[in-house]
Amino acid sequence: MEPTATTVPSLPRSIEVIRAEFPILAREVHEEPLAYLDNGATAQKPLAVIDTLDRYWREHNSNVHRGVHTLSEEATALYEDARRTVATHLGADSREVIFVRNATEALNLVAYSWGRTNLQSRDRVVVTEMEHHSNIVPWYQVTKEKDADLDWAPIDDDGRIDLDSLSSLLERGPKLVCVAHVSNVLGTINPIREIAGMAHDAGALLVVDGAQAGPKLELDMAELGADFYAITSHKLYGPTGVGALFGRRELLEEMPPFIGGGSMIRKVSKELITWAGLPAKFEGGTPAIAEAIGFGAAMNWLDQLGLPAVHAAEAELTSYALERIAEVPGLTVFGPPAGDDRGGIVSFAIDGVHAHDVSEILDRHGVAVRAGHHCAQVLMQRLGVPATTRASLAVYNTRDEVDRLIDALLDVRRVFEL
Amino acid sequence: MDELYRDQILEHYKRPHHFGRLDEFDLEFQDSNPFCGDEQHVFLKLDENRRVTEVAFEGQGCAISTAATSLLSDELEGMTREELLALPKEFVLDLLGIDISATRMKCAMLGLKVVKGASLGEPADWEDEGEEGNPAEAASL
Repeated sequence: MEPTATTVPSLPRSIEVIRAEFPILAREVHEEPLAYLDNGATAQKPLAVIDTLDRYWREHNSNVHRGVHTLSEEATALYEDARRTVATHLGADSREVIFVRNATEALNLVAYSWGRTNLQSRDRVVVTEMEHHSNIVPWYQVTKEKDADLDWAPIDDDGRIDLDSLSSLLERGPKLVCVAHVSNVLGTINPIREIAGMAHDAGALLVVDGAQAGPKLELDMAELGADFYAITSHKLYGPTGVGALFGRRELLEEMPPFIGGGSMIRKVSKELITWAGLPAKFEGGTPAIAEAIGFGAAMNWLDQLGLPAVHAAEAELTSYALERIAEVPGLTVFGPPAGDDRGGIVSFAIDGVHAHDVSEILDRHGVAVRAGHHCAQVLMQRLGVPATTRASLAVYNTRDEVDRLIDALLDVRRVFEL
Repeated sequence: MDELYRDQILEHYKRPHHFGRLDEFDLEFQDSNPFCGDEQHVFLKLDENRRVTEVAFEGQGCAISTAATSLLSDELEGMTREELLALPKEFVLDLLGIDISATRMKCAMLGLKVVKGASLGEPADWEDEGEEGNPAEAASL
């Protein structure tokens, strides 16, 4: 949700205390203190998560929904507690939260289950130019398979979705609109509530890729109006290997299973198989139990800090980063200017230096960033660059780290004799 | 710290040799590094003895991939397709003369991969790109 900026909420503890909760932030890289600015790729993990995983492995490890013994009951209770935590965080019912491997799998679940059932020849699906490949490739695959059409909503030069063009595409009566909540390259915070209204008025469902929004924004599914919403744990200070799909219950009820196997059935005979109820219908096989429990711990940790305060701190640091990076000569920043719709992701290009080389030199200063196409090649084509360098912020980042990024960027210019 | 970006590498990056296209050529191939999106397109002209007489390449890439292909392009004249296909990755690493980390190996090898693709007329099934981790190295991390 976009902040209304009447009162700026503050974090319940100091940045130093928060940083001390992340052991990895104390390490050095190339004899420099680590400045970890690659949070858009994956965030570091607080002790609240590390200790939860450790405790699970030491004391509770067992399979879930199977054994009638104490450990299995404990593991099942912890796993389902984690689901309730995620559901509460999203303002959803527990039956509407499916644990998956990551946001990519969540989006594929919708494409394979909802898409293959509901899309027909000549139906249309809208995606935007700023999508990550995970919100493009499944739609490309399912529309190809069903002989349906994929439409591309363009972005404007500031890196915002062109809502007028989207509106025109909606007049063609798509069945589905697929959009990122926060762009992983541009940092744009898209107006999901408004897009949901537009899509629904046109008779389309809305699928939201919330991989980058998860750690940044307070999320209420009813308020946002998303029909499906994908999040991932590891960008939200939790373990890798687990994520969640929110789906509106009446949609999930009608959808066929995605992965067949153990746990997702009601009864199997030679003649007939019936499916388990929600959410088990979509969770075939032993899930990532410890990781899901760790995901719940990460969400509790984040909710205890309070997302409005986390967002406000990040917005302040983002403004500072955008201001300072403008001091580097020959550098182009992509995405909207500082403001309410700009998240803490700063992608840029330096004239005459490839993103990989920028990243390599930054690494020698202990500054970790991402270089490449960021799994957004359509967006790279739109921006007219082969790759960008991306600094992405988290709640534990500081002005000092931004200053070190700027100093390292000036060193890039020196090394390349610019 | 500037070992990787020493003068020879930067010189070849900023002013790559044989950069551009050939109007007439016998072999050409384009390929990319899916990890980073870097692209290179190589053109080779052969003489009556089927040996390389002219080389050109174009594309976009980092200092390492551009310098590696530029250095490589200086060496190809006189070689046959068979000789091109037999070039080992050490050939390029020796030309670069610097340590290439596992993550940059694909950058360093892009040009050679494209040259081999041109020689074959199809993507070179060539996985010798330093992809596999060294267990001993992993243990020391």
